[in-house]
Amino acid sequence: MLWLKRILFSSVGCKLVVALTGLGLVGFLVAHLAGNFLVFVGPEAINDYARQLRKFPLILWILRLGLISIFFIHIAFTIRLTRLNKISNPQKYAVPSRELSSFASRSMILSGLTVLSFVLYHLAHLTFRLTNPLFEQLGEYDVYAMLLISFQNPIIVCFYILSVCLLMVHLSHGISSSFQTFGIKHLKYNKIVENSSIALSIFLALGFSSIPISIFLGLIQ
Amino acid sequence: MRFTLFIWRQSNKEEKGRFKKYQVDDISSSMSFLEMLDLLNEQLINKNEDPVTFDHDCREGICGSCSLVINGVAHGPERGTTACQLHMRSFKDGETIHIEPWRAKSFPINKDLSTNRRSFDSIIQSGGFISINSGSVPDANSTPIPKTIADKAMDAAACIGCGACAAACKNSSAMLFVAAKVSQLSSLPQGKAEADKRVLKMISTHDKEGFGSCTNTGACEAVCPKEISIGHIAKLNREFIRAAFKSDLNL
Repeated sequence: MLWLKRILFSSVGCKLVVALTGLGLVGFLVAHLAGNFLVFVGPEAINDYARQLRKFPLILWILRLGLISIFFIHIAFTIRLTRLNKISNPQKYAVPSRELSSFASRSMILSGLTVLSFVLYHLAHLTFRLTNPLFEQLGEYDVYAMLLISFQNPIIVCFYILSVCLLMVHLSHGISSSFQTFGIKHLKYNKIVENSSIALSIFLALGFSSIPISIFLGLIQ
Repeated sequence: MRFTLFIWRQSNKEEKGRFKKYQVDDISSSMSFLEMLDLLNEQLINKNEDPVTFDHDCREGICGSCSLVINGVAHGPERGTTACQLHMRSFKDGETIHIEPWRAKSFPINKDLSTNRRSFDSIIQSGGFISINSGSVPDANSTPIPKTIADKAMDAAACIGCGACAAACKNSSAMLFVAAKVSQLSSLPQGKAEADKRVLKMISTHDKEGFGSCTNTGACEAVCPKEISIGHIAKLNREFIRAAFKSDLNL
């Protein structure tokens, strides 16, 4: 197993791990958004979905643990890479260079950290229901009511949208970049990979922000 | 033309360097950037001051010696050009120009603008070659190579090993340099035999020499004087994955 450790902890191997776990997290986002869209169907649909999810605690927890480990591996390897990269590049240039690379590619750590802080808040908000005392008075699975109450607050709506936009920036570089890391690159399909990566990021951002916006504007009651 | 120069001066590896201001006048717009520095050095020598040390050799853009970061950009504002092939007409009269050495932990500064790039030599020594006895000149076309592949290998072979990729990278990653060598050799039948060993050894040396990892920002291909594409890095990654998981060799 030493060979595997050596591979995964090399500069290219670390990137592979980050890319693989990153794509796994994108898969989760797609599934999560599909579930969220049930809010447009009606209160029964989304509350039913939440109830069904919790019906099989064993499967739910296996999935959750898988997700949590992917999430932590993604972050742990990123921290390792960032730390090593800082050591490799101890002194910056006195004159900042004109932009040779995209904003998204240079700010992956910043956008990632914002998304991380959002995820922590999001879990406290809707999974553990710690942020609003009103939630305790609701029935066990009334997701719909929780959303309606929360997204009346413009601060929460803004924070959700801001985080989702930064997630979009993160993914617009991250998804196509993972293809580069896997070595999947060719003039024939470079453009397809890049454009679909950006399209998916925008779709996810629009999809996720459509819910707080619709509730705030009173389109969902 | 006249310019105000801020040049990084550092008398040895240990000393903490700083910028020093110089004024140069009567610069012809047809002068190369290095000729402008030559003129400055003549003036400094005449005044009994220490001339500015910088690396240079062929001055025709093929040796990879010159290594100046000009106004924050490796090899200066002109794309696909080494600093020695950069001309003063690319600058505005009266412009202030900052000149710095490559900055990366793996390129320690010798003096002023000159850096020690021995780390690149060790990467090449660890696998950037083909160890077959080449014998006498083979018959033409005895090894058929499709034109598209020969062209791709040639694009990668254009690398002059100057180190601008690592200098421009926010992680000081020399991935484009390693990629150019790996891609060139592994594209061709002569280099295929040792492809797995080569990529594993070169990546291992790259990491040991203290270069960072690739974030796919593309800053390297933007400054590369030979305009080598980061598509070669994708090929490097592909070669690495194959060697790591399919071959009998270990990293």
